[in-house]
Amino acid sequence: MNRLAIPKTYKLYIGGKFPRSESGRVYEVLSHKGEFLANAAKGSRKDARDAVLAARTALGGWAGATAYNRGQVLYRIAELLEGRRAQFIDEIMSCEGLSAAAASAQIDEAIDRWVWYAGWADKYVQVAGNANPVSGPFFNLSVPEPTGVVAIIAPQDAESLLGLVSAIAPALVAGNTVVVVANELAPLSAISLGEVLATSDVPGGVVNIVTGSPAEIAPWLASHADVNALDLVGAGGLDWVELQINAADTLKRVLPPETGADAAAPALSRILAFTELKTVWHTKAIL
Amino acid sequence: MTSSPLATYHPDQRALALIGGEATDANLRRYLHGIPGIDAVGLEARAADLGTRSIKTSSKRWAIDTIIGLIDLTTLEGADTPGKVRSLVAKALMPDPGDPGCPRVAAVCVYGDMVGTAVTALGSAHAAGSTEGISVAAVATAFPSGRASLGVKLADVRDSVAAGADEIDMVIDRGAFLAGRFGQVYDEIVAVKDACRRADGSMAHLKVILETGELNTYDNVRRASWLAILAGGDFIKTSTGKVAPAATLPVTLSMLEVVRDWHRLTGVQIGVKPAGGIRTSKDAIKYLVTVAETVGEEWLVPSLFRFGASSLLNDVLLQRQKMTTGHYSGPDYVTID
Repeated sequence: MNRLAIPKTYKLYIGGKFPRSESGRVYEVLSHKGEFLANAAKGSRKDARDAVLAARTALGGWAGATAYNRGQVLYRIAELLEGRRAQFIDEIMSCEGLSAAAASAQIDEAIDRWVWYAGWADKYVQVAGNANPVSGPFFNLSVPEPTGVVAIIAPQDAESLLGLVSAIAPALVAGNTVVVVANELAPLSAISLGEVLATSDVPGGVVNIVTGSPAEIAPWLASHADVNALDLVGAGGLDWVELQINAADTLKRVLPPETGADAAAPALSRILAFTELKTVWHTKAIL
Repeated sequence: MTSSPLATYHPDQRALALIGGEATDANLRRYLHGIPGIDAVGLEARAADLGTRSIKTSSKRWAIDTIIGLIDLTTLEGADTPGKVRSLVAKALMPDPGDPGCPRVAAVCVYGDMVGTAVTALGSAHAAGSTEGISVAAVATAFPSGRASLGVKLADVRDSVAAGADEIDMVIDRGAFLAGRFGQVYDEIVAVKDACRRADGSMAHLKVILETGELNTYDNVRRASWLAILAGGDFIKTSTGKVAPAATLPVTLSMLEVVRDWHRLTGVQIGVKPAGGIRTSKDAIKYLVTVAETVGEEWLVPSLFRFGASSLLNDVLLQRQKMTTGHYSGPDYVTID
């Protein structure tokens, strides 16, 4: 007798939990050959709203953690990714039609980027901050601080896991919390990454992953008054000028879309894009 | 419905006629324990069912404005200052400074020693007995525990009334209630009601807090509701907000059922105030549905239904802003309280 396989339903990752879409909708995820792979939740604007709320709630703890601690937590994610290689390779191969070697190379690169960004957590402040010389007996210090809740449209055409990691890791380094809309056609590795995050030391709500249509969800995130920044890295296929205009109404920081093989390439500038420079004056003590 | 002979009695005599004698422990116990018990599973299922109604678009808009108009905006902290009360009053007068069309709340609820500050801060907006304007509610009778002698409790009430409180939120003696000393609870409510009389003979409204979180069973909630109404409470209120669980939908539903039965019996309308634990518009809308379905929509007015809440208002304002602007709002766009 043939065994009936039990296909997995991929759910959202919001606030450290895996809820179904509030709308109850799912969509079929197909392999590169057009075969049914799995059902994924088709997130709605209310799921996005819940995700923003979870991200806002988690912000204080994550931004308030020491830089060293954040670095350790991010590094731990890389360790766990390493342990789940087989699952990711399998999902990437079936979703994207890559060879085992290419899928393996993608996860290698994704893990290496986590580690690279994790290392920046307690170092970027030294690079971007400064003790400014002023004409008076004052310390004048400029320090980068996290912008807040960052909404990200993950790369839609590039490699699904690598694109996602490249987009969320730099935002997390500085202490931002993230709401990310996953690759619509290849969302499986995004939710598997959520499962990795849920079993790592990342507090619930720091990363929230919504699967579904970016065209449907992005406008709600762009206009949401409680989102502080918008990374449109994967929004090249959307009306992203309109998204930028919506984001401007509530003074969000915005990064434009990127396409091509080196979209969201690792760079210090991606970390600093979602930081705010705070400058403080303090008297120099005489005694 | 109001043809019952009880409706013809003078209010003072009504309770005694119903109890069938003086308000002694024995008579009250016989009466209160004669009330049919509550089917807890049925009550919770009914409450859960009422919570599933979908309220959208124009109905939601109406619900949100109604909720704001029913809120007793509350600050009951040991750390309260006159400045905190003044900012609370400012928020009560204009909940959303970005939208002058936003309705005002029903009342502000403060500790007795802050009543004077609240009255002064309200100025001409103070209801002072009229139906227009914002009322000042004061918690009294050794709130929240109620553990003080009767003389102290009554002095507490008189003090607040003299300072200009329109409404007194008293707590019942849960210890006496649970020990079966119903007569003592009854007499205390009657005495507090009497202390609500102002110098000119008018009365401050009396809300009786049952503290349902300490009553343990739905049957006790129903008995305490009857007791409070029989003794002359104008409102029955679930909780102080200092004990968990505070207001829940099933508890409020059971209290509304008592209010409905009392209205059928006597034609008198008693108010209900769930307090504590209601933080989102979604929750509050469930309460509106429950009120409308249990006692009727005519109860959705400030004189008959209130929300005791502090953080609820901000969530309702966020929803209101969402409906006005078409995009989601955030906590940066409402005041911190």
